[in-house]
Amino acid sequence: MTFQQPQIDTSPPVSDEVRKTTCYMCACRCGINVHMKGGKVAYIEGNRDHPVNKGVLCAKGSAGIMQVNAPSRLRAPLKRVGPRGSGEFQEISWDEALEIATSWLKPIRESDPSKLAFFTGRDQSQSFTSFWAQNFGTPNYAAHGGFCSVNMAAAGIYTMGGAFWEFGQPDWDHTKLFILFGVAEDHDSNPIKMGIGKIKARGARVVGVNPIRSGYNAVADDWFGITPGTDGLLILSLVHVLMKAGKVDLDYLARYTNAPCLVIENPGGDDHGLLLRDADGKVLVIDRATGELAPFDRPGVRPDLTGTHVQNGQTCHTVMYKMVNRYLSEEYAPEAVADRCGIPAPRIRALAAEIARVAFDEAFEIDQEWTDFRGEKHHKMLGRPVSFHSMRGISAHANGFQTCRALHLLQILLGTVEVPGGFRFKPPYPKPVEAHPKPHCKATPGAPLDGPHLGFVRGPEDLALKPDGSPARIDKAFTWENPMSSHGLMHMVISNAHAGDPYRIDTLFLYMANMSWNSTMNTRGVIDMLTDKDESGEYVIPRIIYSDAYSSEMVAYADLILPDTTYLERHDCISLLDRPICEADGAADAIRWPVIAPDRDVRGFQTVLIQLANLLKLPGFTDENGQARYTDYADYIVNHQRKPGIGPLAGFRGEAGDKAGRGEVNPDQLNRYIENGGFFVEHVPDAARYYKPWNAAYQDWAVGMGLYDSPQPYLFQLYSEPMRRFQLAAEGHGDRQPPDRLRSRIREQLDPLPIWYETDQQGNQGFTINALTQRPMAMYHSWGTQNAWLRQLHGRNPLYVPTKIMREQGLEDGDWARVTSPHGEIVVPVMEMAALNDNTVWTWNAIGKRKGAWALETDVPEATRGFLLNHLIHELLPPRGDGLRWANSDPVTGQAAWFDLKVRIEKAADPEGRSESQPAFPPIKSPVGTGPGQLKWKVGR
Amino acid sequence: MTDLPEKTDRKMGLVIDLDTCVGCHACVISCKGWNTENYGAPLSDQNPYGADPSGTFLNRVHSYEVQPEQGAAQLIHFPKSCLHCEDAPCVTVCPTGASYKRVEDGIVLVNESDCIGCGLCAWSCPYGARELDLAEGVMKKCTLCVDRIYNDNLPEVDRVPSCVRTCPAGARHFGDLGDPGSAVSKLVAERGGMDLMPEMGTKPVNKYLPPRPKDRIDDQIDILAPLLAPVAEEPKGFIAWLDKALEKL
Repeated sequence: MTFQQPQIDTSPPVSDEVRKTTCYMCACRCGINVHMKGGKVAYIEGNRDHPVNKGVLCAKGSAGIMQVNAPSRLRAPLKRVGPRGSGEFQEISWDEALEIATSWLKPIRESDPSKLAFFTGRDQSQSFTSFWAQNFGTPNYAAHGGFCSVNMAAAGIYTMGGAFWEFGQPDWDHTKLFILFGVAEDHDSNPIKMGIGKIKARGARVVGVNPIRSGYNAVADDWFGITPGTDGLLILSLVHVLMKAGKVDLDYLARYTNAPCLVIENPGGDDHGLLLRDADGKVLVIDRATGELAPFDRPGVRPDLTGTHVQNGQTCHTVMYKMVNRYLSEEYAPEAVADRCGIPAPRIRALAAEIARVAFDEAFEIDQEWTDFRGEKHHKMLGRPVSFHSMRGISAHANGFQTCRALHLLQILLGTVEVPGGFRFKPPYPKPVEAHPKPHCKATPGAPLDGPHLGFVRGPEDLALKPDGSPARIDKAFTWENPMSSHGLMHMVISNAHAGDPYRIDTLFLYMANMSWNSTMNTRGVIDMLTDKDESGEYVIPRIIYSDAYSSEMVAYADLILPDTTYLERHDCISLLDRPICEADGAADAIRWPVIAPDRDVRGFQTVLIQLANLLKLPGFTDENGQARYTDYADYIVNHQRKPGIGPLAGFRGEAGDKAGRGEVNPDQLNRYIENGGFFVEHVPDAARYYKPWNAAYQDWAVGMGLYDSPQPYLFQLYSEPMRRFQLAAEGHGDRQPPDRLRSRIREQLDPLPIWYETDQQGNQGFTINALTQRPMAMYHSWGTQNAWLRQLHGRNPLYVPTKIMREQGLEDGDWARVTSPHGEIVVPVMEMAALNDNTVWTWNAIGKRKGAWALETDVPEATRGFLLNHLIHELLPPRGDGLRWANSDPVTGQAAWFDLKVRIEKAADPEGRSESQPAFPPIKSPVGTGPGQLKWKVGR
Repeated sequence: MTDLPEKTDRKMGLVIDLDTCVGCHACVISCKGWNTENYGAPLSDQNPYGADPSGTFLNRVHSYEVQPEQGAAQLIHFPKSCLHCEDAPCVTVCPTGASYKRVEDGIVLVNESDCIGCGLCAWSCPYGARELDLAEGVMKKCTLCVDRIYNDNLPEVDRVPSCVRTCPAGARHFGDLGDPGSAVSKLVAERGGMDLMPEMGTKPVNKYLPPRPKDRIDDQIDILAPLLAPVAEEPKGFIAWLDKALEKL
């Protein structure tokens, strides 16, 4: 028969209205178009005009509709009525919740503000939450950077005034060789995918250095399946080969880095190893034109990389001289590092050769005049099209800070930072250490803290120590154990508070931090610490306040729950004062606004903080008469000014809304953002697009935008003086002295030039296999693993085991294996993976769930076969018999060394009948029940 | 039995770049979102918060490990949805005429009001590209977003399937594969685009671009070795070289 095809409507209405806001399904913060039908969310897509995602959207973003309707959403404030951990709660009113919180916090503030520890897992309103904590007066505040990627962030700032991700990006339009170190499937999300797509469309090469060949590494043209923790060694070997071949950009090094600066030679003196400075404190170089000393920034100076200066009979050499002497050493030759890195020497040489070829043989010029900070005019911008990107893979090791520094050293030696084709900063970066605050820790009863909590120490004088030398902060950030801990150490808070080391606290206040589950090391131990009682029957950590939008594992361990909204029900600002969303060619910020109203008795966390501040009459939030300055977060976003004319949002300032960066408060600002699609962008002028740290046009533009108060040109710090100052202290110089037990470690590991060292292997005898985690792209940085759509993609997390170990242990897919570390053991299902470093196992992090959490049924695979590697990782290193607690953290920054984990693996006995991963935990009672048995989501009819 | 059109005016379809697909599942969920809210019955989920969640998806990404004879193993991400075959067995097998291939663009669709949920089409599809929706009892499949690509209510730039619009890596392309001058046809020609399982004789319209050869960086070392010729072996010699090089600058 002849078929008559039906008539269909190919042009149906899509939605009643599109509301443009900012995604919060991860930390990428893309622009989204929320299509509304009948007042409900019908469909979410990317916003084409938005600077971050330019229209695309990842799986999480599109699954946002399942997040705002998730059955795990908390519904009302909760007061604990059963023992901690039972999940027994009573719903209470907001009035009662705020009254309870105030009754706990007010006496603390009046007696000893440091008895409050306030830590936020999500850190996208840090400039606001830190302002709150500062006005409360506690020194104990930080976000999650300490257990995430502080090594990356801090090494970048200390070396070149910015790192990767929100600090900068490859020049996607020009780069011809893109090399990823330790970036699995994350950090950041859509921009990296878009960039790889662009590079591949041009036929350019992508190289992945990672023990696991998944995600971005799966599409890399060349994969280097490196042994975890040895990236720094590989990088310094590349430095060795390139330097030896003269493949370094000498002009760039001389002009823009401290390579020509002179290092004081004065053995035994308190300035030995510092840089030679003039009376104004400016670093000095030898001017090649005159052969004389000159300040680095004098107009016309030609800094000499090989200059010397004799002072007090001692010859001072340049930083370049020191680098040559270190990195030409045969200890960095490919043949010397190949076995440890797990990469054959010829492949290391091949990578170095390809880098050299692209950086130097494919150098190009952009026809753009610019003027540098010495007043010299350049007619072109020289491009070197090699770019790097890196994240947690190299960062989350106890040698991560030095490894990140080594990577920056490599990029800078090649002259590829802030040049066409290389790595580019995003405003407000570049920003040298000098433009950042120092940490503050002086707590006074009834008064604000003496300054911002977090910052960048310049030397021992900036450490957060009490007059008696003991740590001022509960997490021991900015102490001799980890002096440059710019993001704090969230992973040590509960452990230290429980141990009363350095002191006891009264109230632990957490926001979106799953510290009784996947966001902590030593999960079982931390659960015990949260529920432990002292002799008097009181909890050792007396009070815990927690804010979350969802029924996460942490809820059961708090005494008071302040339920947050979902991201479509709230105001937020993605601020230049915070973790920005800029692009290399523009400064940008954005808002969230309530595109739907909450259908539960919940409040945005930031608004709750303002309500608490008003009840506590915190300065900064209330005026001299105790009257509230802000009613809610939206009010704060518009009306708060950090400095005159500078507020949380840079766009549409001034009475007419026509000022960018600096300008008076505009009461209509949020509406202007909404009209503009939820964001604001101010483009960098053409002459300011590259060479930003030294480019006068960029510096002037940045001052105009309020990013700096005055031009801040600076040299890249290949040699880090702050690190040298800590070494000097360890050598006995200065008033502030480290404890003797730390002297040798500081001398060795705070080397002012990048080094590589093996991380502490004490206690690891017999544990030889590296164990790692990563998040899948569809769940990266996400609070959404219970999402109905996303959990169908990644509902299971076997331990992926390389073929060699599978064979050695007689394992087959689906078998149960016992995985043991010096700290504990787990029994988990395994699956073979060939595209994996031979001596590394891994799993997806945070798939494993506690029974009863997240409104999931108790028999879900996440809770039965899912597991956490966290049980094998302790926040402390194994005891050394010295009675001291040694943190499992980087000795420079305190970054949690998650990826230093070493394990043993064997087939589990009695696999028959086994149905659950071990350790298995009893269910916790859900405050929200479980979700429906079927979804048929359609709001349009 | 349902007839296929003798020919279609255009052959609209997808070109999926396996060299670029990072396996992020953005296309999977964007598709789920659009097609839950739009064409036909919503894509339902059974036990969405339970032990064995199972929902209807029109597009899924599978990952395969490949072990070449030489060199490291590779991981290929492989998105798969209906390929809108020219000789679509799912159409000819349909007992009610619910499954059909459109004359104007070649899109294979299911007319849900005529679908009895017998599942013959899913059985006949060699690609496993059709899924029976358990809540509605009708067969669901990729519509190539037929309610987007001609939709006057969308800006012109958005008149592409939702999976194409959302793909962060730009690994998905949409166009007329019947027109040799179209951008997608040129891409297929340049990159050696392939049919999936051509031996099945279904003549799929969608094409896959194969991954580029990998792990070749060592191959060029002979050519590149001169780039790494040492300028000096020892620091002292290097400083002397440096001095000379600086003079030239």
